[in-house]
Amino acid sequence: MQRIVILGAGTAGTTVANHLSKRVEPGTSITVVDPETEHLFQPDLIFVPFGMQRPENTLRPRGGTLKPGVEWVQDRVERVDPDSKRVILAGGDDLSYDLLVIASGSHIHPEETEGLQEEHWQRSIFDYYTLEGAAALSDALANFEGGRLVLNVVENPIKCPVAPLEFLFLADAYFTKLGRRDEVELTYATPLDGAFTKPIASRELGNMLGARNIHVEAEFNAASVDGERGVLRSWDDRAIDYDLLVSIPTHMGADFVSTSGLGDELGFVPTHNHSLLADGHDDIFVVGDATNLATSKAGSVAHFEAEVVVENVLRALEGRSLHEGFDGHANCFVETGSGKAMLIDFNYDVEPLPGTYPLPLAGPFTLLSESRRNHWGKLAFRWVYWNMLLPGRNIPVPNRMSLSGKRTSLLERAAA
Amino acid sequence: MTVQELNLQLNDEGFLVDGDQWSPEAAEALAEAEGISLNDKHWNVITFCREDAAQQGTPPGLRRISKLSGVNMKELYQLFPKGPGKLAAKISGLPKPQGCI
Ligand SMILES: Cc1cc2nc3c(=O)[nH]c(=O)nc-3n(C[C@H](O)[C@H](O)[C@H](O)COP(=O)(O)OP(=O)(O)OC[C@H]3O[C@@H](n4cnc5c(N)ncnc54)[C@H](O)[C@@H]3O)c2cc1C
Repeated sequence: MQRIVILGAGTAGTTVANHLSKRVEPGTSITVVDPETEHLFQPDLIFVPFGMQRPENTLRPRGGTLKPGVEWVQDRVERVDPDSKRVILAGGDDLSYDLLVIASGSHIHPEETEGLQEEHWQRSIFDYYTLEGAAALSDALANFEGGRLVLNVVENPIKCPVAPLEFLFLADAYFTKLGRRDEVELTYATPLDGAFTKPIASRELGNMLGARNIHVEAEFNAASVDGERGVLRSWDDRAIDYDLLVSIPTHMGADFVSTSGLGDELGFVPTHNHSLLADGHDDIFVVGDATNLATSKAGSVAHFEAEVVVENVLRALEGRSLHEGFDGHANCFVETGSGKAMLIDFNYDVEPLPGTYPLPLAGPFTLLSESRRNHWGKLAFRWVYWNMLLPGRNIPVPNRMSLSGKRTSLLERAAA
Repeated sequence: MTVQELNLQLNDEGFLVDGDQWSPEAAEALAEAEGISLNDKHWNVITFCREDAAQQGTPPGLRRISKLSGVNMKELYQLFPKGPGKLAAKISGLPKPQGCI
């Protein structure tokens, strides 16, 4: 009997497990390990602070998300021993595997920044990358008396790299609707040299921030926070005063990745960019936020990667050569406030471009520009996630990025 | 020697177009152009960046440099003011470290 063990049952691990359950030979076992009893739909975390989604509606019992053929071990992975092909669990048990899939995601580490997670944490300093943080922030925003609201990305990579922009757009709309926008100063302090990493999208998003009177403090690498005085400081000694600080702290992979010697300096697993095999191993695949790949840490990416990993797990079990099918494809809706959103679509080689994104039934969506249909697309994604993506049903979105509808002339102009 | 005298080809952002043009002399010229005069600490960082990039195939990011080169974050900002990640790569003759997406 062959054993497939999947570490983490979030977006990526669940999708891979459920897909595999339909395709493996009888007698092959599929085990997922995850200590959490509930599955959190993380894209909803952006809505919780603004009262647009209730905290309890973001969770579903994990058991119901896994197909009958998948065994769930509710425990925390302590360590992986690749030599003896064993996973050591916190509860003391051991699992041996023939093929391992690491899908343990990325997590915030506020303790990495001096002064961030101290007595002012969840009083004047908040995160929204955890459900607890997002819920606490929702109260803080409702009670905010006005003043300087600063959003800071401590360091990259972060998951959902558009989430900081969404937060700012939604905050602008939130205070505007309350008729209090003039009492609130919005600042975005980012290590990037502009609104986004890629030039065309950065220009477009930068203009949208400007139009909403949101100030960008670029190339700002946060060194410390003085919670008492309400000051955020950078390594090059710039200081930003705040009344309310919303922090997106340093992200790292799961602890066991580093403990097992499988990670880079942030605990992300060095991974082959097309086959998703862990570098230096022939029996470990990596999927979702746990990789070190140069694409977004996003649910859409986890989904596109999952298809390739499922195919490659099956091929590896049969000793066949791997499919080098992943192209870095990412596809994200960006909420822009007041019931609108935009869509960006890109891969390793092609940066986000304006144009239209054709999709049967629901589309076309507008790329890099706002529309109502995009917002509905974002809301529909919630349904698609629980009912199609996680259960491993096929959805009509091509795995590889397509240039159809995109204004590629902009690329030639940029290159010229 | 200056960037011009060494005939170094730079891109828009001042990075070497051809990494093979790098030499310790080129590093001094590139640093000079940024208003930096190199000391031993700078050289520790440059050596680390070049060795690491050769092994990893990509230039190290700032966190990696501060964690593995023996020069901490505070010092990195003193040695390479403003953007140590970008500047260290530039002076080490490496491409711009990829912004994460
Ligand atoms: C605020 C916010 C907004 C977002 N918006 C979007 C969006 O609009 N669109 C989009 O596509 N993506 C979005 N994302 C990103 C998306 O949620 C993630 O990229 C996606 O969930 C990654 O899937 P994953 O399976 O790799 O990780 P996760 O879904 O995080 O799952 C990791 C799992 O591993 C488990 N685990 C961790 N450590 C261990 C251990 N030691 N042992 C066993 N199990 C362990 C965890 O319990 C968890 O269940 C957003 C994320 C956030 C935080």
